[in-house]
Amino acid sequence: MTAGNGARPHAGGPLDLCGVPLEGPVLNGSGTFDALAARRAFGDALLERFPFHAFVSKTITLAPRQGNPPPRLWETPAGLINSIGLPNKGLEGFLASDLPELAELPVPLIVSVMGFSRDELATLVRRVGERDEVALVELNVSCPNVETGLVMGADPAETGRAVATVRPLTDKPLIVKLTPNANEPAGVARAAEDAGADAVSLVNTLKGMALDPRTARPWLGGTTGGVSGPAVRAVALEQVASVAQAVGIPAIGMGGIASGRHAADFLAAGAVCVAVGTESFRDPAAGRRIAAELHP
Amino acid sequence: MSAAQRTEPRTLAPPERRTAHVTGVERLGAYTLITALDAGGPPDPRPGQFYMLAAAERWGGGVDERPYLPRAFSHARAREGRLSFLLEAIGPGTERLAGLGAGEGLHLVGPLGIGWRPPEPGTRPLLVGGGIGAAPLLCLQDELAGEGVDPDDATDVMRAMRDKCQSRAGSAPSVLLGFRSSAHAQAASLFAGEPELATDDGSAGRHGLVTDLLREELDRDPAASVFACGPPPMLEAVRALCAERGVPAQLALESGMACGFGACFGCVVPTKAGYIRLCVDGPVLDAGALESACLAQAPGSAGCAGSLSPGAGH
Repeated sequence: MTAGNGARPHAGGPLDLCGVPLEGPVLNGSGTFDALAARRAFGDALLERFPFHAFVSKTITLAPRQGNPPPRLWETPAGLINSIGLPNKGLEGFLASDLPELAELPVPLIVSVMGFSRDELATLVRRVGERDEVALVELNVSCPNVETGLVMGADPAETGRAVATVRPLTDKPLIVKLTPNANEPAGVARAAEDAGADAVSLVNTLKGMALDPRTARPWLGGTTGGVSGPAVRAVALEQVASVAQAVGIPAIGMGGIASGRHAADFLAAGAVCVAVGTESFRDPAAGRRIAAELHP
Repeated sequence: MSAAQRTEPRTLAPPERRTAHVTGVERLGAYTLITALDAGGPPDPRPGQFYMLAAAERWGGGVDERPYLPRAFSHARAREGRLSFLLEAIGPGTERLAGLGAGEGLHLVGPLGIGWRPPEPGTRPLLVGGGIGAAPLLCLQDELAGEGVDPDDATDVMRAMRDKCQSRAGSAPSVLLGFRSSAHAQAASLFAGEPELATDDGSAGRHGLVTDLLREELDRDPAASVFACGPPPMLEAVRALCAERGVPAQLALESGMACGFGACFGCVVPTKAGYIRLCVDGPVLDAGALESACLAQAPGSAGCAGSLSPGAGH
């Protein structure tokens, strides 16, 4: 298998992602690393030993969100279910207070956005895309469109319409973050490519739930959540391989990557970059370790 | 070090997981105190901060194929890179940690979070612990007594902590501890002086709650600053009592955490200002910031329950 257009194959060294030069292929999954909070805990040592080659923000929505009521976490065999609910400061809060600080990171910045309608998504892409600090924009389409009730990313036509709506609004490369909770992720990826997406990233979390053993009722405050960690890696690898074969644009692969060997598997399956998510919870330097194991 | 960092009771953590080695294991009734040498680690933590802990080997493959995530623990003691943690085996993670032997590796990330702030001027410190919540009060007692303090470590916080304490001659901090039974109350032997004890079953100290002891202390002398750590119902009782009497109180809370450094957003607790992440904005909170110290209730359960573990069984 080969990497798609827009990036050259590599074995862990410098590369080009949709025209943006990266020192290496290891990113963070959106929502799995808060560089601003981490800087409070670790100080400037975080910037000196930054764990990723590009930084992906937590998903920004138009309005601020508090997120789901706790409990938000459940440990599974080799993994985690989270039900966080996209807490964020909203577009204006992000642009005013977070973006200037994120611009101090030593790597290119990818901003993840989610809209609950195509109009919302358009506003987010236009406003985020016009900022010089932002290298790429990622569309999180794992949410229901309030107009149609359909989860955008679960349906090729919905995804295509969303991408087509925002494509003319920015010159920045657009990444579409695919959900594994779709009948055929490769079909959604093709629809995204046809509508003008520059890259796809996958997988988002797999929908899951846990019951409180004392009450047999859902444990998570949000009732259901997303499963991540090594528990989902085999599923993710298959989806990355099918999507990378189906599209010509670069794929960013993720799902339970915890070592250089896992990352190498995703690259061999056709991904151009990989992202580390849950493993960073266990070790904030996991991204750096995986990059070193990938390219000793 | 920025001005904010000098005045915030926080020692910064290195941005990576490292491996300490267990040097001592002490059984204290129902609890185990493990001590590990964090060679080459950062300066000693502030009392009230915490670490994310995992066994370096055989972490996983326990009950239900867990543990997977590290577990959050405040240190009980920290002296020149020797860190002690008080553990109770109540699930696959804590069982593995409490079963560590001398020489075994202990993965840790930390110190994390913000620790205790100095007592209010002119007040005597009252340290109130419930169960394993005694741990972050032990290092606080050490510091208030000026023990184990490196004279070169003249951070503003530490100086303020000692100065405030010495501002009321003869008012050594009182320690009030509550436990389920005498087997748990053995942890009281770690404290200097004679902590006042209460147990749920009356097998050691007073038959009753630690908040009964606190009420009597406040009746005797209300000019106090309360430092409390323990289970949510106890912390809520402390919060309500201190609010009623206008006594300043700091509470060290617990919440299920995956990461400990603000990445996962899993450990939020409700405050008057909305949800905050306990790992980066706590774990020590001013009692006045809370409507209640009863955190999220497990869905469907009645009463005051904590959302302590990322999955049943810690």
